[in-house]
Amino acid sequence: MKRYSSLGLLAAGLTGHTSWPRAWRDPTPRTHYDIVIIGGGGHGLATAYNLAKRHGVRNIAVLEKGWIGGGNTGRNTTIVRSNYRLPQMQDLMEFSLKLWETMTDELNYNVMFSQRGAIFLGHSDSDMTRLAERGDAMVARGLDAELLGRDQVARMIPGLDMSRDARFPIEGGLNQPRGGSARHDAVAWGYARAADALGVDIIQNCEVTGFSIRSGKVEGVETTRGPIGADRVGICVAGHSGQVAALAGVKLPVESQLLQAFVTEPIKPMIDTVIMSQSVHCYISQSDKGEVVLGGDPDNYPTYSQRGVPMRLEQVACEAIALIPALSKLRMLRSWAGTTDMSFDGAPILDELPIEGLYLSGGWCYGGFKATPGSGWLFADHLATGQAHPIARPFALDRFARGTTVDETGAGPRARDR
Amino acid sequence: MQLIACPHCGPRAQAEFEFDRAVDSVLALDASPAEAVTRLYERENPKGWSWELWRHSAGCGVFLKLHRHTVTHEIAEVSRLDAAP
Amino acid sequence: MTGSRTGQGGIIDRSRTIRFTFDGKLYHGHPGDTLASALLAEGLVLFGRSFKYHRPRGVMSAGVEEPNALVGVGIGGRFEPNTRATDLFIYEGLVAESQNRWPSLSFDLGAVIGLFGRFVPAGFYYKAFLGKPGLWTFYEHFIRRAAGLGRPPVKPDPDHYEHRAAFCDVLVVGAGPAGLSAALSASAAGERVMLVEQDIAVGGGLHRESEDIEGLPGQAWIAQALTTLTGRGVSMLTRTTAIGYWDHDMVTLAQKLVEPGQVPEDGQVAQRLWRVRAKRVVLATGAIERPLPFANNDRPGVMLAQAVRTYVNRFGVVPGARAVVATCNDDAYRTAFALADAGCEVVAILDSRSESPSEIVKAAAARFNVQFDAQVLEARGGPGGLTGLAARLGGQPLSLSCDLLAVSGGVSPVAHLHMQAGGTLNWNETTGTFAPDVPRQNQVTVGAAAGGAEGNSSALGLTAPTGVDARHSFVDFQNDVTLADIDLAWQEGYRSVEHVKRYTTLGMATDQGKTSNIVGLARLAALEGRPVPQVGLTTFRPPYTPVTLGLLAGHATGKHLAVVRRPPLYDLHLEQQPLWLPSGHWMRPRAYPRGDETLHSAAMREARTVRQAVGWVDVSTLGKFEIAGPDAAAFLERVCATTVARLAQGRGRYTFMLREDGIVMDDGTVWRIGPERYLLTSSTGGADRMAHHLAYVRQVLAPELKVAIANVQEHWAGIAVAGPKAKTLLARMVPDPGIPRHMSLARSKIAGVPVLILAASYSGERAFEIYAAGTDIIPVWQALVAQGADLGGSAYGLEALEILRIEKGHVVVGGEIDGRATPHDLRLHRMLNPAAPFIGAPALQRPALQSSAGRLRMVGLESDSPIPEGSMLVSTMPGTPQGHVTGAGQRVLQKGHVALGFLRDGDERLGEQLMAWSPTRNASARVTIVDPVFYDPEGRRYRD
Repeated sequence: MKRYSSLGLLAAGLTGHTSWPRAWRDPTPRTHYDIVIIGGGGHGLATAYNLAKRHGVRNIAVLEKGWIGGGNTGRNTTIVRSNYRLPQMQDLMEFSLKLWETMTDELNYNVMFSQRGAIFLGHSDSDMTRLAERGDAMVARGLDAELLGRDQVARMIPGLDMSRDARFPIEGGLNQPRGGSARHDAVAWGYARAADALGVDIIQNCEVTGFSIRSGKVEGVETTRGPIGADRVGICVAGHSGQVAALAGVKLPVESQLLQAFVTEPIKPMIDTVIMSQSVHCYISQSDKGEVVLGGDPDNYPTYSQRGVPMRLEQVACEAIALIPALSKLRMLRSWAGTTDMSFDGAPILDELPIEGLYLSGGWCYGGFKATPGSGWLFADHLATGQAHPIARPFALDRFARGTTVDETGAGPRARDR
Repeated sequence: MQLIACPHCGPRAQAEFEFDRAVDSVLALDASPAEAVTRLYERENPKGWSWELWRHSAGCGVFLKLHRHTVTHEIAEVSRLDAAP
Repeated sequence: MTGSRTGQGGIIDRSRTIRFTFDGKLYHGHPGDTLASALLAEGLVLFGRSFKYHRPRGVMSAGVEEPNALVGVGIGGRFEPNTRATDLFIYEGLVAESQNRWPSLSFDLGAVIGLFGRFVPAGFYYKAFLGKPGLWTFYEHFIRRAAGLGRPPVKPDPDHYEHRAAFCDVLVVGAGPAGLSAALSASAAGERVMLVEQDIAVGGGLHRESEDIEGLPGQAWIAQALTTLTGRGVSMLTRTTAIGYWDHDMVTLAQKLVEPGQVPEDGQVAQRLWRVRAKRVVLATGAIERPLPFANNDRPGVMLAQAVRTYVNRFGVVPGARAVVATCNDDAYRTAFALADAGCEVVAILDSRSESPSEIVKAAAARFNVQFDAQVLEARGGPGGLTGLAARLGGQPLSLSCDLLAVSGGVSPVAHLHMQAGGTLNWNETTGTFAPDVPRQNQVTVGAAAGGAEGNSSALGLTAPTGVDARHSFVDFQNDVTLADIDLAWQEGYRSVEHVKRYTTLGMATDQGKTSNIVGLARLAALEGRPVPQVGLTTFRPPYTPVTLGLLAGHATGKHLAVVRRPPLYDLHLEQQPLWLPSGHWMRPRAYPRGDETLHSAAMREARTVRQAVGWVDVSTLGKFEIAGPDAAAFLERVCATTVARLAQGRGRYTFMLREDGIVMDDGTVWRIGPERYLLTSSTGGADRMAHHLAYVRQVLAPELKVAIANVQEHWAGIAVAGPKAKTLLARMVPDPGIPRHMSLARSKIAGVPVLILAASYSGERAFEIYAAGTDIIPVWQALVAQGADLGGSAYGLEALEILRIEKGHVVVGGEIDGRATPHDLRLHRMLNPAAPFIGAPALQRPALQSSAGRLRMVGLESDSPIPEGSMLVSTMPGTPQGHVTGAGQRVLQKGHVALGFLRDGDERLGEQLMAWSPTRNASARVTIVDPVFYDPEGRRYRD
């Protein structure tokens, strides 16, 4: 791997950048791998990277049906945070957040992780109590959180409607200073490049169409580029978790829905932090390019279409303007949608499926981006050792049958309520 | 935005309806605990044609059975639950 | 280059003059002018700076595809950045400013970046700022300031926006000749037609051309079509863009009623968003011309050939004095004629083809210096305009001087809406165009959008001449993406079209790649050595052109973001100036402070009043459902987790409901108010969910039951009267037999109003809930106030209610009922109906919901000091949480503080001492774990 650096960039500039090699190869699939990862998104690529880097497994393939990073890795609002309420979620997301803090250096690829702070706004005393509870739970578990008063919030987010008679007046907020955002595509590319350098075969345009299973044990996958043998197989396919698991005859507690988001035209710096709210459902940040990135609730019906309803976007606009009135004259430039695998407690599923050697990292709902490095680390650990790491254990598949669900919002078993 | 032909009210925009659940997740009141787990948590989640329950919440309030495609959003059938199969 | 106004022609109103300013300088134009045409007529060349390199830019197009000439427009709250000067029709008083430059447009320090362009190619930031942690944070600060285009708006938007719905048989998008013809034929067949056009006038490309159509001059043909369509009642909307084609033939339209920055007339909306559901959609969206790839093809003075013709023929503006036309097709020859007819010197026509047999080319050869096998290699000039160009003519170098270079790389059909609707495209290898192929919805594409202008295109225009300086040949002008950037992306393995787009930012500028996508795609295909269709396309998504968030939001923002629900007694409360508490969308009194009382002191006084005398509280917002029919009891046994069937008439009891997964969903009381009639109450916040839940059980799970449900939440208003003197107070208003015993009901009249009185206690005191029709409740409240004053009674609010219920150990939805707690966790399991198949019973059998080990159980907490609500329960501080506090308050009559909370295995830990720790509020309290009923555990006070 040719290392990236500012000096290298200068040197290459003098010679017309002709010396930059491919960031990852385009290999022909071999007939057999120790481990095959299905899904070349951030999670799958991070898993392959960690397998190679930390577990010394080098005979690995990542199979991607389209182009790497083309699923939800490239379709989210790039928010990274660990400000959860439940300890299981805190442990998982904080583990991941710590890995974000070193990702650029570890991968030698600038993923532009920017810890600009992630602020949840509170709009009533009860909101503030809920935020304090969340913050207390975080700090007590060693995470960073600070409760902000009205004035502090107003200073940190100029342009907020601070009027007392607003429909949802702003009473304060909960900041996680280490939260922020990152450049989503760079995460997939950085992991791909680093994994490739460790010998991982990244195979694009290769869709898995079936599994080869004998005596309850997985032996490989069928693909559009022929059969590929594997001792172990990991599934990291987000919105298609249910579809791929079904190829192995496994039914999952997930429903595929759609999450839309959009950006405005780029403008000079306006919003410096990630803004979320306890009562208003949109989330707002501004990218380094200057685009204001906006998202909200999912289209809560089953779909694989990546086409949503216009009212979702309109609702996000309503909410964003209510919080920051000056956003009204900005223009929506580009909208998109991703297919999310909404699990039935809102928490991910990290486990070996009832077929030996077949593992799943799924059910990440619409919050998987922030978990990318942690998910990859933990899933690789599981695939390599056959044992779930303590942080991953609460996310076993059998929690639904046993009743030990991890329901952060308490919304219950129906995905449409999340 | 989908157009759903409510048997009572006529064709109405999706905004008037709410998706309730896939038909395969309807759990009978007298189900066994094992059935409860199967119905609630082991799901087809089909990519393609699906039988679903939607409710015309901002209309007549009636639960409807839809045969709907989860990729193209074609709706082949909308019926009352008590309609003859 | 110096543009100038022609003596005549065009569809501008030369009889009137409009004054406007650009960067503080006064200019003049005419009605019908765009900002671009007016400024070009005034001789302006430099309009803006590019995103990354701050290169000087002029006007490239005459429409919505403009990547370069972006301005900020309007003042105060109407300031709108990034507005295309080519799509902004001037009005009196327009104020515009250039963008992304400092200190001024002509002298921009940011242009320094351009000098170092070679060191900052596509994706440079991925390779830089590595090494020390924190380095990126440092540089990011500056990168953010350098990025972005216009300055952000800072003031609230004073404009109003409206949403409308419409239905039609045929929606025609685009009112050029194809769209007008489609509207004419559909309306002739008697269909209901809507015709929308993004321009200020219908006519489309006809305004650009001087040829006749169907034997009529263009403007005459347009006028005739308009007359016919108007006569047939066709609904025509101009300045209206179809921005999205959604499922089932719904199209959203953005209609501008005023221009960006313009002040609407009093009370008028600025823009309108339409949702149109059409039986059939005709897409007549035209085609967009593409630039040619050569070095410095972004210089001011290089313009699209059709745009040049538009300026000449439509606006009467000649954007230069000495022009060269560079083309790969016949269409651009029309531009040469238009320019020459308007008095511009046409230096040469450089055609990259080796020949063309068409009449117009023959005619041009007779009048102009036409050269075949000619390719532009480089444009020369700077911020002040173009000075000339270098070309290659049949292998020989050629240098020409000119101040205007009109280029045509062919056209791209506008297939955006067709693709949004799920259609497919077909690639034409000869013309280098994608045109709509198979539709998926009820859509048809006509005219140039369907490939009708393909004859005027050639794939030749997509290929850069060999030896061209790729590093200065721009593809995406706004984002400064060059051919070299695409090459670099490919070289580094970013080879999927989406990877190229994301790595280089090709097509991600505010013009959304309208002029750049196909050119970039062709370069990628050449690198891959594969045909363009195999390289693929990026996805087309709404909006077709950017639209303001204000338009998307309409009225449902600001104060109207969500409804405010006010109980019927709202106005009466308002007179008391209470502190309010939002409860879902409801506004409810939280406390009624007197004098200088705080929330806390007022709530404590109110709570004492209830414990010592009598208080009344508005409970109108509770969920209330009437369940009637022969099977009403059987139905309730399916909804409620407690027994209902044996409830005697006139009696009631506490109940709770489970979700299907066995988790407690809500609680309330159930009353048998008639032989086959029940009243079920639930929480305020859960009322809507409960309504849906009841409907689901009724319609889906138990359709065989003969039962009807009425949601009477808003029909019945309610007042709870509680305290040791509650019965005394009631006795003053209703005869003694009318006062029900605990958990019984009675019907009576208060102040002449028929009421239903339910004897139930939430506070722990003797209490009654009095229900009356919402329209009649006011006299009942007034009677309580009048009769209760001398008993020491007063109204109380939700804060006192909370203090009282915590002291009594009652659970509440949103507090202890948190969507995770089981009946066991909440100590409700002894009330579970052992027999009936209620909803949630099967899943409640899951092992972890039955066994107690390790679960969070509800407990009571006692302390000498205030217990922070929401704090963590820990053994030592700092320490790992073992539970948390859900609700806390002061004891009402005794000293000390109490709270409810959850503690791991809490029911087995009574007597243990822990800390309630709130690190975010720097507060804590030493607490003792106790039984959660702090007040009158035997329940003596509320019984008779």
